[in-house]
Amino acid sequence: MRALWLAFCDFTPFTRLIMERHRKPILDSTSHTSTVVEPHTAYPYRLNFYDKPPLYEVTLEEFETAALDRLRVLAEIESSAARNRTWEETKKVTETQCKKVLPLNSNTATSTDRHAERRRDHLGHFVLRLAFCRSEDLRRRFVKSETTLFRVRYDTDDTREKDAFLQSRAFNWTLVSAEEKEQYKRQLIAANQHSRDKVDERWLANEPFLKVRWTSVPDLVEKRRVFLKGGYAYVPSKERLSILLEEFQNNLAQALEMTSRSIPNLDEDSRLLPILNNLSHGFIAGVPSEWSGGSGEAAGDEIKADMIDSLAPAHFPLCMRIMHESLRKDRHIKHYGRLNYGVFLKVLGLSIEEALVFWRKSFSKFTDDEFTKRYKYNIRHSFGLEGKRQNYPAKSCQQLLTTDTPEYGCPYRHFSPENLQTALLSSYASQGLTVADLPEIMHHVKEQHYHVACTRVFEITHAKQGVQKGAGIGDGEHVTHPNEYAKRSMELSRPKTEESDKMAVD
Amino acid sequence: MSTDEILPEVFLTYYRRLYPFKSLFNWLNHSHQPSRLFTHREFAFTLPGDIYLRYHSFNDADDLKKEVCKLNPERFEIGPVYNAKPKDKKTMRKTALTPLQRELVFDIDMTDYDPVRLCCAKADICTRCWAFISAAVKVLHRALQEEFGFKHLMWVYSGRRGIHCWISDKDAMELTDGQRKAIVGFLTVIPGSAKGKISVRLGSRALPPSLQDALDTLKDRFMSLIINDQDLFIHKHAWESLLEHIPSSSASELRDIWSKDVAKDSADKWEDIRAQAIKSGKSGSQQRAAMQAAMEDIILQYTYPRLDAEVSKHRNHLLKAPFCIHPKTGRVCVPIDPETIDDFDPEKVPTVQQLLDELDSAASMGGEGEGGRAEHHSDWERTSLKPYVDMLDKFTTGLMNEVRREKRAADTTW
Repeated sequence: MRALWLAFCDFTPFTRLIMERHRKPILDSTSHTSTVVEPHTAYPYRLNFYDKPPLYEVTLEEFETAALDRLRVLAEIESSAARNRTWEETKKVTETQCKKVLPLNSNTATSTDRHAERRRDHLGHFVLRLAFCRSEDLRRRFVKSETTLFRVRYDTDDTREKDAFLQSRAFNWTLVSAEEKEQYKRQLIAANQHSRDKVDERWLANEPFLKVRWTSVPDLVEKRRVFLKGGYAYVPSKERLSILLEEFQNNLAQALEMTSRSIPNLDEDSRLLPILNNLSHGFIAGVPSEWSGGSGEAAGDEIKADMIDSLAPAHFPLCMRIMHESLRKDRHIKHYGRLNYGVFLKVLGLSIEEALVFWRKSFSKFTDDEFTKRYKYNIRHSFGLEGKRQNYPAKSCQQLLTTDTPEYGCPYRHFSPENLQTALLSSYASQGLTVADLPEIMHHVKEQHYHVACTRVFEITHAKQGVQKGAGIGDGEHVTHPNEYAKRSMELSRPKTEESDKMAVD
Repeated sequence: MSTDEILPEVFLTYYRRLYPFKSLFNWLNHSHQPSRLFTHREFAFTLPGDIYLRYHSFNDADDLKKEVCKLNPERFEIGPVYNAKPKDKKTMRKTALTPLQRELVFDIDMTDYDPVRLCCAKADICTRCWAFISAAVKVLHRALQEEFGFKHLMWVYSGRRGIHCWISDKDAMELTDGQRKAIVGFLTVIPGSAKGKISVRLGSRALPPSLQDALDTLKDRFMSLIINDQDLFIHKHAWESLLEHIPSSSASELRDIWSKDVAKDSADKWEDIRAQAIKSGKSGSQQRAAMQAAMEDIILQYTYPRLDAEVSKHRNHLLKAPFCIHPKTGRVCVPIDPETIDDFDPEKVPTVQQLLDELDSAASMGGEGEGGRAEHHSDWERTSLKPYVDMLDKFTTGLMNEVRREKRAADTTW
């Protein structure tokens, strides 16, 4: 792990000295979980500017899971931005997601292991720095979503703790003196009229003002919402979040640049690179789904081979519908298509017996003998009944987005825009998707938010069941797994159309 | 001169004998010894036939001059300082060349003023519309100095219908793209679309302090320029768009008056608005304040600087170098003193042909033309280009003094 920490630091002799001093006890230590710092002094606050890298040993598993969970939160933040969610909505969605996978309690919470939470937060952040420092685009996106996460936490933080945190760190501001306030009275009052408070002389007297270089608050400057004089901005303390965010953002951007220059040093550790590569895919392809049904076990009720023709058009996501249609059209589908579609159906609830019936019927241009010889083994293999007997899980969106065989991958990513639009219309027109919806979907595709595009299609085609824009597949979550899409779609149709579904089956 | 094409030989002679390469070098480099500010700086050349060459860089002024004389471009542009020499770009990884520093630049172009001027249109410019530019310079110069604290602002005539501003302060050089965008936002009042109505008020009615100061500068200019000189509101479509700023009840009254009396000139109409404001309510009343705000908005809408935002936002935007020749007008892009900009007359800026004539007559009179090629680098001293080069040199001296002061201050801390 030595190389890892080197990657965070520039190599001035001074830093190196500090690092050596810190590292010594770790290297000498025999215990694997030892930390150099005392739990209580290590993370006195919930908020963290991540100025110091984690200088302690971690297990590979911790390394990966802390990062993955954080990535889930960041991915949700990115999608929120892509979907134009308001700040309040974004905050709510992010908080919910944080509670689930990345809890971070304030000092008043005595029953939780705050140190462990904060250590995990710290570690996850730094692992993701490694994963996302490699390209300009990844860096930009990482900085943006991390800054939003910081803002969410700042917003939800306890006032007293927030103040203590602000005191703990030297920010580049000075307090504006009463004389100076008096001198610029007229301008300070005029520049803050957008405030919700009544801005008058009394307000001015009570509101502390901070003086910073104007470059610390470009957002306020751009909107002319701050008084400028000689290169300094006079920021009322209620707007100090702007200063914080700008500093957070700039520090992180700089640190990422520095990390990217040191990353070649990581090559010597062959354990880390695969993990990091996998993580950086996460932003393109969404986070590996944690959908529990994806584990390889059949979820939901059992499905019969002859139900699939009616289920596919009603409930399958575009990737699987295309697979189904090409199977019906050609009465054949190549190896990876069989594999991807096969495990999808398996997890949907198709038993091995039914699967064999389904594939046998589908491959109608082959004789029984040919079928048994060429395909039966593969099908049984995917159920874990042959060879090394591994019960393969269904492919997640991430896998389909980054597959080597794009013809069986995610159509939103791999299809040309023209083909995708044709496919969308021909597949979903009967479920309420119109030409007018296409520009929005194609916009998400163009921005590379493929899972957002897919989620939007879900919302449009399930509007009849009362799914609203922004609701996603439930609680505003996005599609990260084809099976999740199908399962949710089937759940939605159940109460109302149970009868007719049964009839179709019969 | 005007519309005749300028011959390549004329360009070449100008570059060989007159172009002040040494002064340009000092200005970009902030010191006499070549530094990264010059050696890692991108230059781009425009050759006849729309051939555009990017990512050139040079070791010093002579190196630049040699290449300019070899390529003989119609003009050349200055870009950012990179983390490496731009000419080595081909040998580097694709994304390795990144811009680090760059003067903060602004560009004002007369075409953006077409909706508010009657004297000329498109590329044309006369002394009357120059008043728009000088108003813009006054406002921007004050804002950039007073509000942003910049000291080293150089204004350069673009050769035809606009003006550029180059800010060389260390702080300005190091601004990120995001910060540049923020400055542009701060200084942009007129929305991008030609018809856009300004909206500058904070909260209900307050004018931000920066615009209050701008307004004080622009009030008089609005009267002399828009009302008296351009007489802009004589036509119906012009006064109709003027009325859009005014609260509806007053606007409809004014419309009635003006439709009946088509002969009213802009000064009469402005008086009518003022009368409406006084009629609308007592001093301090809501209606009176709304009319007051409307009149302020109108002044800003018609005279506030109109920036070409894209030029300023990105460090890697290229901008034509000072002292280039405008290929259509033949005029030199000369520096302008913002203090005396009201007296500046674009028609009086020397053209390249005029300068070469001056050289010839100086040579025949003094007989110094035989002095040989070694003398050529200071030939500009014998032409009307001299005051302009002196202006750049003086500007650079101020800049260098500050750089030296800072260096010394940094030294004593050790």
